[in-house]
Amino acid sequence: MSFYTELLITVLLVIGGVFLLVGSIGLARLPDIFTRLHGPTKATTLGITGILLSSLIYQTITQSRFSVSELLITLFLLITAPVAANMIAKTALHRDNPAIPRTTGQSLMSKIRTRQPADAQEED
Amino acid sequence: MSFLPMPFHSLLLFVVWLLLNSSISPGHILLAAFFAISIPLLVNSMRNEQPKIKKPWLAIRYFFMVLKDILVANIQVAVLVLGPIKNLNPGFVAIPLDITSDVGITLLASTVSLTPGTVSVEISEDKQWLYVHALHLDNEQDLIDEIKQRYERPIKEILGC
Repeated sequence: MSFYTELLITVLLVIGGVFLLVGSIGLARLPDIFTRLHGPTKATTLGITGILLSSLIYQTITQSRFSVSELLITLFLLITAPVAANMIAKTALHRDNPAIPRTTGQSLMSKIRTRQPADAQEED
Repeated sequence: MSFLPMPFHSLLLFVVWLLLNSSISPGHILLAAFFAISIPLLVNSMRNEQPKIKKPWLAIRYFFMVLKDILVANIQVAVLVLGPIKNLNPGFVAIPLDITSDVGITLLASTVSLTPGTVSVEISEDKQWLYVHALHLDNEQDLIDEIKQRYERPIKEILGC
């Protein structure tokens, strides 16, 4: 392996690792469940993608044949991450998990829970 | 019931199976063919009719635009997460939908979850509103306009509905 491919693989590994770390820090630092969701859906997706890409390059070079399973894993991850986040957010609303007080649009939360349209009249 | 009710999906299954195993040995080809024929036969009756992609080139452009946005989103979220938490203004926003098809709404909701600072939470029962949670909200109307302009319009064009 040449110096430059090693450099490329290393850079991708570092980028992936940094984003995974940031996602985890977000999970630990952010105040409520809704803000915490933002860490895993975004940072972690890109972090894993970086690590899978470096694996793809490494496998392709050392085994001298194009390794596609990493691309497929990335694709599956991109499809499933939003669905998981969506289900967690829904569950949090149904369990009445509180959003932090300065969250705007909290009046929408009861409408979201019952899946009413946003312009529906408030029920008494 | 025909032998291959979903020819495109059969081909996709066949190719993906071989790619996942990175092998074209006779055993794997046989297994791939078995899955490509049997799975569509099993799931065909659960399928409902969905709109077809009308503009494939636009779809490919959209895919790369979203990839770029995911990258930008990550850097933005990283800055927000590592910065002072007390400056964050999270919020729930209701976005009026123009798309009517289920596939379109699913695509939009997934895109919204993967891109800058927003996670889609729920869709109203009449499918007129998409509820999202934003990590940091400066201006509600700006966010609504951006999502409608940048993501909803191309999806609407791609699916032609």
